[in-house]
Amino acid sequence: MSVPTAARMGLVACHVCELVTRAPAGGAEGHCPRCGAHLHSRKPNAVARTWALLIAAAVLYLPANIEPVMITSSFLGTQSDTILSGVAYLYHSGSWPLAALVFTASILVPLLKLLALSYLAASVQRRSRANLLQRTRLYRVLEVVGRWSMLDVFVVMVLAALVNMGALANIQAGSGAMFFGGVVVLTMLASMSFDPRHIWDATGEENG
Amino acid sequence: MAEPTSHPEPADLPQAQVAGKSRSKFSLVWIVPLIAVAIGGWLAWKAISEKGPEFIIRFKTAEGLEAGKTKIRYKAVDVGIVESIALTPDRSTVLVHARMEKYAENYLVKDSRFWVVRARITGATVQGLGTLLSGAYIGMDVGKSTAKTSEFVGLEDQPIVTADVPGRHFTLKSPTLGSFSLGSPIYFRKFAVGEVESYALDKDGEGVTVKIFVHAPHDQYVTNATRFWEASGIDVKLSASGVDFETESLASIVIGGIAFQTLSTDAAAEPAAENAEFRLFPNRATALAHRDLVTVRWVLPFKESLRGLSIGAPIDFRGIVVGEVTDIQPEYRDQDLYMLAYANVYPDRMARREVSGTAKNLMKERVQAMNQLVKNGLRAQLRTGNLLTGQLYVALDFFKDAKPAQVAWNEKPPRFPTIEGAFTGIEENISQITKKIAAMPLEEIGKDTKKAIETFNTTLKTVDTAIKNVDAKVTPELHDALVDLRGSLAKLDMLLAQDAPLQEDLRNALREVSRAAASARVLFDYLEQHPDSVIRGKPEDKP
Repeated sequence: MSVPTAARMGLVACHVCELVTRAPAGGAEGHCPRCGAHLHSRKPNAVARTWALLIAAAVLYLPANIEPVMITSSFLGTQSDTILSGVAYLYHSGSWPLAALVFTASILVPLLKLLALSYLAASVQRRSRANLLQRTRLYRVLEVVGRWSMLDVFVVMVLAALVNMGALANIQAGSGAMFFGGVVVLTMLASMSFDPRHIWDATGEENG
Repeated sequence: MAEPTSHPEPADLPQAQVAGKSRSKFSLVWIVPLIAVAIGGWLAWKAISEKGPEFIIRFKTAEGLEAGKTKIRYKAVDVGIVESIALTPDRSTVLVHARMEKYAENYLVKDSRFWVVRARITGATVQGLGTLLSGAYIGMDVGKSTAKTSEFVGLEDQPIVTADVPGRHFTLKSPTLGSFSLGSPIYFRKFAVGEVESYALDKDGEGVTVKIFVHAPHDQYVTNATRFWEASGIDVKLSASGVDFETESLASIVIGGIAFQTLSTDAAAEPAAENAEFRLFPNRATALAHRDLVTVRWVLPFKESLRGLSIGAPIDFRGIVVGEVTDIQPEYRDQDLYMLAYANVYPDRMARREVSGTAKNLMKERVQAMNQLVKNGLRAQLRTGNLLTGQLYVALDFFKDAKPAQVAWNEKPPRFPTIEGAFTGIEENISQITKKIAAMPLEEIGKDTKKAIETFNTTLKTVDTAIKNVDAKVTPELHDALVDLRGSLAKLDMLLAQDAPLQEDLRNALREVSRAAASARVLFDYLEQHPDSVIRGKPEDKP
């Protein structure tokens, strides 16, 4: 049983003026006859874009965790901290809930996001019809959770701006913070460029 | 094309315009991962290429060191970091694995030195206070060698002088370690010009070797003729001119030090070479004393007891110390027991102005001169230097009536003839005197004395009668004369009394004279103001 979708019925909605038109024949690209905007029934090159951004994020994920995120210099000496060393410090100093929180938000979530998006992109490419609903839910969660990873970067930025007391104490953002921010932004962009409708497209093709 | 108000059929919907050309298959978005890979690759390459060499430092303890945190610093610049700390299998030393920065690769040469900088407080300096807060770090001094190595033995103490400080090192030999410590200053004209670098006992235990460093440009003052002495403490001298205090500086009293000076008499002194060896004298006076270029060993065989002759006792030649006793041993020889005093004699002190010649000739001349002097009666003799303590010294002097003797040059060391000590002579003299006293005709002397006393007695009696005569005849006349004299004195007294007429007249006359003088003064004053009055007379007083 084929489920009627706009794409299958040869209809395209304009993303700008919401005019529904009939798509040009043969899958050719078209313009909206009313506002002239580019028409597409699915995000163009969605899977390829997602992959590109995902790979970029994955590459940056390594330096983000190796390079120091925060450089604390005081009259006692200079100390550079990576995300992991910060988590270790929190854990050893007894505040393990805080350590767990930072670990989850800064290491686990970006990693899981990378893995989940890869899974979604791969499953769309394989035209898998399994777990359609779960995959859509997963995508929704990713969109909501993604931005919270920026918390780490924000904390470093605020500290760097606040603690600026010359020789007494000084906090600087390390290069790791930049890479980490890059990872978060790229994963957000990747999840944005992913089109969840591709997940469901697989259902029609078998029957259609 | 009307606005649809109800749901239109798909066929009624407007047709989308066909785009002119299809988009290229390749999406620009692939540039993003390319950039990311480029950045990551660049980072990885940088990390690998900037990874400096790993090396090992051995320390006795890892106190204050922390893996991954402790820095290695050269001139307070971070050049490396401690990566891990481990013990050797025999647990004797600590192996500190460290990694150098790439640019500091060439610093790992054989004579580079490493030490742990901790807070250190000595008498003169306070160092490494910063490490109290920031934790210890490993200090480094880059050597001058070009041979590379990756294993070092860490120093226990921070070196006083690093390799790049200009100046020169010198070695001082001393019988004992003075009251100075590492880092004690070296003074030249009371000016601190260097430091004590290290000191150690000689391997044979016979002395102490002190290494010092003199900073440039002051190292040029150290020449072959330079003398070093311990400048610690106070030198108090009691002399005819009073008490003399001598010290390099107040600090040197507390922390000790070494001073040096170059003798001006030693001409043509060249700057001393690096690591040149010098003797360290115990004080300034001995350091600046004349240097004994030649030392001759003598054996002085004495027959009397050497009690009171200590090692180091002077050999005195008419007031000049020309040597010292170095050893004392008894010797059985020719069926007799000799007490041998070994001595170091410095012939330079006896005859400094010698005819220059080759060393061999000089030696020959010396032997000849000594033979002649011994022929003239030069002998060694024990004398008492201090009557209270009974300290002896050896005197060289001429004894005209000494038995002929010779220096036994064939013996090693040569045997120098001696003569019996002065105090044994005194004993002999005293016994001779007692003998003479015993031989005196005491009885006759007594009789003579008795006679003399009797004669003296009669003389005294005669004197007595003579005095009695004088008493009877002269005394009354003397009395009259005295009475007369008293009368004359009374008259004189009256004449000189206050109210005597003569006195009164004299006083009046003097008063007149003073009045006349006053009038004359008035007249002269007037004349001075009005010289014309001599001619014109005194003008009338105006009403």
